[in-house]
Amino acid sequence: MNQKFSIVPVFYLAFLLIPLYWLLTMSFKPMKELAGQLTLYPKSPTLDHYQVIFSDSSWYLGYLNATVYVLMNVAICLVAAIPAAYAFSRIRFFGSRSLFFSLLAFRMMSPAILLIPIVQIFSDLNLIDTYIAVALAHCFFNLPIAIWILEGFISSVPAELDELARIDGYNLATYFRKILLPEIAPGIAVAAFFCFLFSWTEVILSNALTTIDVKPIGAIMSRVSSVFTANVPILSAAGVLTLIPGILIVILVRRHLTRGFSMGRVD
Amino acid sequence: MASTAQHRLAYGLLSPTLVLMILSGVIPFALVIYFSLHDTFAGEHYIWVGTTWYEQVLGSTEFHAALLRSLGFSILALAIQLPLGIYIALKLPVQGLLSKLYIIIFAIPLLMPVIVVGYIWKFLVLPKIGLLSEFIALLGWNYDLNDPVVVWITLILMDTWHWTSLVVLLCFAGLRTIPDAYYQAAAIDGAGRWAIFRHIQLPKLRLVLLIAGLLRFMDSFIIYTEAYVLARGGPGVSTNFLSLELIQTATIQFDLGEGGAMAVIYATIVVVVAWLFFSRIIPSQSMKSQEGT
Repeated sequence: MNQKFSIVPVFYLAFLLIPLYWLLTMSFKPMKELAGQLTLYPKSPTLDHYQVIFSDSSWYLGYLNATVYVLMNVAICLVAAIPAAYAFSRIRFFGSRSLFFSLLAFRMMSPAILLIPIVQIFSDLNLIDTYIAVALAHCFFNLPIAIWILEGFISSVPAELDELARIDGYNLATYFRKILLPEIAPGIAVAAFFCFLFSWTEVILSNALTTIDVKPIGAIMSRVSSVFTANVPILSAAGVLTLIPGILIVILVRRHLTRGFSMGRVD
Repeated sequence: MASTAQHRLAYGLLSPTLVLMILSGVIPFALVIYFSLHDTFAGEHYIWVGTTWYEQVLGSTEFHAALLRSLGFSILALAIQLPLGIYIALKLPVQGLLSKLYIIIFAIPLLMPVIVVGYIWKFLVLPKIGLLSEFIALLGWNYDLNDPVVVWITLILMDTWHWTSLVVLLCFAGLRTIPDAYYQAAAIDGAGRWAIFRHIQLPKLRLVLLIAGLLRFMDSFIIYTEAYVLARGGPGVSTNFLSLELIQTATIQFDLGEGGAMAVIYATIVVVVAWLFFSRIIPSQSMKSQEGT
């Protein structure tokens, strides 16, 4: 690979950072600065917009609501995905390949395709505007992601460990607890973070399944968009705050980012 | 082949997953198929209409146009982002602090809520106070969001900004698996830069490019939120992609039959493309993940 310093990544870096800078700038500009000319940086920076978000429950509850159903979704996905990933990785059973593919197909399905029936099902179950509805609905794309990622990690644990555990008289539950889970701890973290991420960033379903009490931040942002320029700074501030989980993920699972994004296929 | 006991174990381990997938994916999709074969009044009574909705959708010029727009958008996105991503990955420093720093910053757009991506680009092109629109004005052009070409370029630029890093990250990981000995051998043979790329690097990137290609095709093919925030399908219907058309038909016109048929056709394309990639990413003889070639 290229060892010499190259300017290409610097240009790309600038291309990525300028729009991010713009969001940040907009979030600190007072309203009156948006009425006039273009300003490259906030001439009189203000924290007003952040203050509004942190003091107005119709804003800050959006973050809490999203956090609650996202964490529920992550917990559900992990509990279901760990045994499933083990089965796909270790057991040759009828239908394993087709099932493994079906999971991928659901991951690729646009929420737009399943939107109407999902809303109908959860309204029949009387679960509209509850955390659990969104947490369950997000399973159709997040569970496949978790299983694919964990299957990759489990497959890189030597199968001899299974053998040894059996000889030592471990049953499957003990084997999971004492050997497999510690071995794939980074994989569990990667799966958890990526489920968190995809549930956190999804907006079509989480908007449709919530009405008042559990509206997530994404849905709140899409609702205020109709009244336009007046909302630019506050939407920017709200947008900046939604980036925090993503930035934490980058820092915490930096070494495994490619594994997460490639659904466990690339080391 | 596995014994009955192993099958029982496998399906036992899979049961929570199967229950959740049936609830959140299989039943909703079965309902979509049901809608697509029936006519209904206000969701009360369903009357069997066979393939009527499919004929209507497949014969509709709006659907053809939306499908073409989505395919065109995906192909443009792939044609730009794959080569660009490979190129940037090749130019990255292999190790060191700078390399780590690049990777961290490159990943940020990938982790952003789609709606925020839409807003960022909307704010960049605001009339009078947008950085990009004013920069273009400075160059002497008129940035006009009523021009379909301008909106398309903006959307492609936005998608490239949002997702090229995925290709970069995957290719960078793929390139790191190439042993130094390969490069030394190439140097002894006097291979040029292109020969090294063509015969050493590109073959090693096969798997990562398949995965990147699959993910990029799918996520651009189902684009909704960012495009909606930025352009709302306009000007006119020039950026009315498949997802936008579908959501409009199903939720705004509340046309379950037509929306259902559209969704089934849409899903069929998704499944076929996913299968084409899947059969190459995971060859039939093994369920295990494959590294490199």
